[in-house]
Amino acid sequence: MIRRDAILFAGLGVLILALATWLKVPTTIQLLVTASAYALIALGLNVQWGYAGLFNFGVMGFLMVGGASTTFISYPLNDAFWSSDGPFMLFKALLAAIAGGALIWGVTRIPKKGKYSKLRGFLLVIAWAVAYVVYRSQIDPAARLIEAEADFVGGLGLPAIFGWIFGGIMAGIVAYIIGKICLGLRTDYLAIATIGVSEIIRALIKNMDWLTRGTLTVSPIPWPSPLPADVTASGITNPDTAILLARSGFLAITVLFIGVIFFFLQRAYEGPWGRMMRAIRDNHVAAGAIGKNVTKRELEIFVLGAILMGIGGAILTSYVQILDPSGYQPINHTFIVWVMIIVGGAGNNYGALFGGIFIYIVWTISEPASVILFSFISDMSDGVGIGAIPDIESRALQMRVFVLGMVITFALRFAPQGIIPERVRTTER
Amino acid sequence: MNEFIFFFNKVIISGATLGSVYALGAVGVTLIFGILRFAHFAHGDLMTMGAFISFMLVGVFQSLGIQTPLPTGFVVLPFAMAITAGISLGIDKGFYEPLRAKGVKTVTLLIASIGVTLMLQGLIRLFAGTATRSFFENETKDLFRFKIPIEGIKRSINISEPQILVIVTTVITVLILHFFLTRSRIGKGMRAMADNPSLAQVSGINTASVVRATWIIAGSLAAMAGTMLALDVILKPDLAFNIVLPIFAAAVVGGLGHSYGAIAGGFLIGFAETMSVFNWSIMFRGFDNLPDWFPNDLSLVPTEYKLTVAFIILVVVLLVRPQGIFKGASS
Repeated sequence: MIRRDAILFAGLGVLILALATWLKVPTTIQLLVTASAYALIALGLNVQWGYAGLFNFGVMGFLMVGGASTTFISYPLNDAFWSSDGPFMLFKALLAAIAGGALIWGVTRIPKKGKYSKLRGFLLVIAWAVAYVVYRSQIDPAARLIEAEADFVGGLGLPAIFGWIFGGIMAGIVAYIIGKICLGLRTDYLAIATIGVSEIIRALIKNMDWLTRGTLTVSPIPWPSPLPADVTASGITNPDTAILLARSGFLAITVLFIGVIFFFLQRAYEGPWGRMMRAIRDNHVAAGAIGKNVTKRELEIFVLGAILMGIGGAILTSYVQILDPSGYQPINHTFIVWVMIIVGGAGNNYGALFGGIFIYIVWTISEPASVILFSFISDMSDGVGIGAIPDIESRALQMRVFVLGMVITFALRFAPQGIIPERVRTTER
Repeated sequence: MNEFIFFFNKVIISGATLGSVYALGAVGVTLIFGILRFAHFAHGDLMTMGAFISFMLVGVFQSLGIQTPLPTGFVVLPFAMAITAGISLGIDKGFYEPLRAKGVKTVTLLIASIGVTLMLQGLIRLFAGTATRSFFENETKDLFRFKIPIEGIKRSINISEPQILVIVTTVITVLILHFFLTRSRIGKGMRAMADNPSLAQVSGINTASVVRATWIIAGSLAAMAGTMLALDVILKPDLAFNIVLPIFAAAVVGGLGHSYGAIAGGFLIGFAETMSVFNWSIMFRGFDNLPDWFPNDLSLVPTEYKLTVAFIILVVVLLVRPQGIFKGASS
């Protein structure tokens, strides 16, 4: 089995080498950076779905949280904001939010059973409404002021690495809240709920112009490693070499991140914690009966997976240097990750890693491959007199989505366990 | 009174239109869930597919020179529904049936439906491009204005032709569906199977034909909803992908697997969306002596958050009453 995996990974390496000769080395490194960010996200989803069977279809939301967080941490300071009334007004809005939260929390303290139980639901609705109105009354003027005087809050100007870590933490916090609310649901219901939540997150990040600049986008977001321009400034005049060096530097940091995370994930998976998680996944009733706190463990793993997704999302945003909330689509950011772990093999970290990189390569090269295919068909149809295919370039771009769909349906049908399936190790007696 | 007519135009009419589209989509989703026990995510793209088929048929009709008093997009609807029903049967044969035959978990079917979504989207964009189109390029979209014969009313009730058609067709479709489910043999079989699949099978109901009927109904309703939506708004490749979640919200709110619940849920979500973005302070404009501090904007949520209203309702319903308003099938 180990040999089979090694052959598969070697095959992937050969594929990457072949790409390097076809697409040139800098492009291949760019592809690898994005692919490795997706591999990290796929590991996160593998933790949630492969380990614990949690049906998270809200990957996009966590990626956006990670992206917006890293922007906030690493983007340069906006002096116009800090010298305006903005920080004070935001502080007031925060106080309002805390007060509202305290009110709601206070109402939830009313026991569910007892003489006030009927009043509880009614009071809860009132508390939510009051909290919402109080918060809106503070945040709306603050948002207007910031947008008018300072454009948006800007960043903190800290190193990008902190941004990645902060992205993971923020995604974890968001996941904790979502998990608290939604994890009681099972399968289809959880899928629908998480999609809904990720759409809410998208709407928020897209429309909170004071925080994220919304559709106006924020750029340039700094890299953790030197940019091509910095490399040129340090004395390397050949632009191609500078780009190559800069991208390799970024790739090295990304790979280091994945390496460390992968090591610990694998240790956890092979240990008692991983066995407990699989037990919960396969039969949560039995796991509960032998004394495992199913709800708590599931929340724990949901947060852990989301942290990885947040870091992955931060890496993606950091690399393209632009935070563009309208660029986030469920296809590119949720469904593709699902294809990665289904094809790679859910429940096996090597599978998720393999699937992440492999599917991203398939996704990228299916466009140029379609151009070649369409040009060929076009020449043929032109030759027999039907006429050429119009707009080959823009049509080929759409083939990526089609190929993705085809890959997952075929994988489900012919290799439902994935290319590198989950292996349950049993001790021999 | 002027304010009430404004309210009627902005909330009641557009809410009913939106609600009708949601209801038609949600019935399909809920039927598939009831019979096959999985959330069919490709339903939105089935709707878009149906709308594009209608658009192509309109092109065919117009090139043949056929003139109709109603919008051509509406006239071609039966053909588009038939074709889309055929396509959805084909999708089931090609993708879901082999998986069902292998006896996979329903979760796998859900993931397969994501794959189908991606393929349909790819195909639609491959052939139709990403441009937006309108059904009313060669004909006019009639707008009816109804004057209220009371003195002092300046506003009129405005309703467009597609909006009337959507609401009327939905009402008729719901009635037909009701009679189909309660009176016909196969409709009763569908309800029995949604209730208890194994009991339905042992009592001699032909489950294969029930599944076929489900896909035919779901497919044709999807084509209807998609075309109606495209007639009312505009035709674009991500037409229904964006509303598949409100549709799921409608189905869940009504109770997954429960057809009447889906219809109620559809209208509930439709009205909730239009009501929450409506600026309620307009209703007070009629009063002369309003205090200065009275806010100009009393809408519950800003317009750009319209779609999130559906999700918030969805999440709240899932938490408070996961079985929906009517008790639906649980997964």
